Amino acid sequence: MAILEVKNIAKSFDSLKVLKDISFNVEQGQVVAIIGPSGSGKSTLLRCINQLEKADGGEMTVDGTKMFYTDEQKGKVVYASKKELRDIRLKIGLVFQNFNLFPHLNVLHNITQAPVHVLKQEKSQAEHNAIDLLDKMGLSGKEKAYPCELSGGQQQRVSIARALALKPQILFFDEPTSALDPELTGEILKVIKELAKEKMTMVIVTHEMAFARDVANHVIFMDEGVIVEEGSPDELFGNTQNERTKQFLSRFKQ
Amino acid sequence: MDWESIKKVTGILLEYLPNTLKLFAVTLLLSIPVGVLVTLLKKCRFKPVAWLTNLYILIMRGTPLMLQIIAIYYAVPMLKASFEKDGTTGFFADFIKNIDTRSDNYMFIALSVAFVLNYAAYFAEIFRGGVDSIPKGQYEASYMLGMTKMQTFFRIILPQVTKRVIPATSNEVIVLVKDTSLANIIAYAEITMKAKQQMNFYSSILPLFIAGLFYFILNAIVTLAFALIEKKFNYYR
Repeated sequence: MAILEVKNIAKSFDSLKVLKDISFNVEQGQVVAIIGPSGSGKSTLLRCINQLEKADGGEMTVDGTKMFYTDEQKGKVVYASKKELRDIRLKIGLVFQNFNLFPHLNVLHNITQAPVHVLKQEKSQAEHNAIDLLDKMGLSGKEKAYPCELSGGQQQRVSIARALALKPQILFFDEPTSALDPELTGEILKVIKELAKEKMTMVIVTHEMAFARDVANHVIFMDEGVIVEEGSPDELFGNTQNERTKQFLSRFKQ
Repeated sequence: MDWESIKKVTGILLEYLPNTLKLFAVTLLLSIPVGVLVTLLKKCRFKPVAWLTNLYILIMRGTPLMLQIIAIYYAVPMLKASFEKDGTTGFFADFIKNIDTRSDNYMFIALSVAFVLNYAAYFAEIFRGGVDSIPKGQYEASYMLGMTKMQTFFRIILPQVTKRVIPATSNEVIVLVKDTSLANIIAYAEITMKAKQQMNFYSSILPLFIAGLFYFILNAIVTLAFALIEKKFNYYR
């Protein structure tokens, strides 16, 4: 069974239709890359899935729980109860483009904030986990540092650790390297590759084509609010028959 | 004025300095929490509450504090007299009638009410600006981590707002030190009032200079205190 089922999602901002009838599934352990030009609706799709925007239509299921569906008779989107929505949020993690770390808390407290106050874990236990996560992110010894004292790449790795501390079933990345220079981008991609090896289910919105090809086992190409094409990286990057996909990818091929 | 008189005037002002400080301290301690409350009322989703709060802020910031002091100080005895004359009863009328406007405390309470109401309006606007300046991403990150609205406000937003409002708050506190002198309009025995009396007694403006020096020193202390607080918050940007 798919861990994430997205069916016919639609979203408009005023009269602008940003998402038109988007459907796709994510299986356990899959790494899905969503690519496409700016303004194609990739980030909006991610924000709808993560409850940061309300969808106007369609339905979505996370790990067997229906997050919302469309009541056809009333033509309205019906969301699950507040409690269910929160439980769903705890099953999914989101890594933001601009990190959104808490600037007034040090690295350790950024990571332990939710485990301690939301999951009610023992403080010592949460800190122990946080230190392990930092170690995995190559950030040992940075526990006491504040976000402003770290490089962009380090900040993004802390924010990945913060999301992982809740042991999410799926981890979403919204252009995780767009705010970073190529050198720092490498650090993040390395971490994501490690997570992929551990069979972490991930959905990554990205502009890094080489990376999408390398790490993802499923690629979705979006343009103007619709999924133009999806398939394995080899299919999409190797021998797509779709003219729009070809045109988009041609810019990345040297 | 000779040296002896200067010392004598300074002694008198020192004797009344606690009255100035009392008004300052009470206003500061009460108007900040009231200001937080007003900020929350202004952000209330039930629109009539937000509108009334805005009207209150508009009036408090749009009219002179001196006028507000006089109005509040004289309103109670006047209302009381008219209620007693007409024999009006009811919660509000009884409340007013029970206030002893001749007691020693009445003047200070009336002053405190005027100052707190006025300063809370200014603080509320400062705090609102602080809350609005926190990036949306902080709320979104908290939301994604499953935090409740209360947790988000008290653990993530408020600590950051505190840092951001310190410079504007320090400005307001400096003004408050000087604004306590407005209390002399209803003959509250604070240092400006006493300095004026000494000025008349000695036919010299030197007592006013001494009073000015008092305010100057108080504000030097306030400035220093806020510099220390700002430094304390400098551990992050």
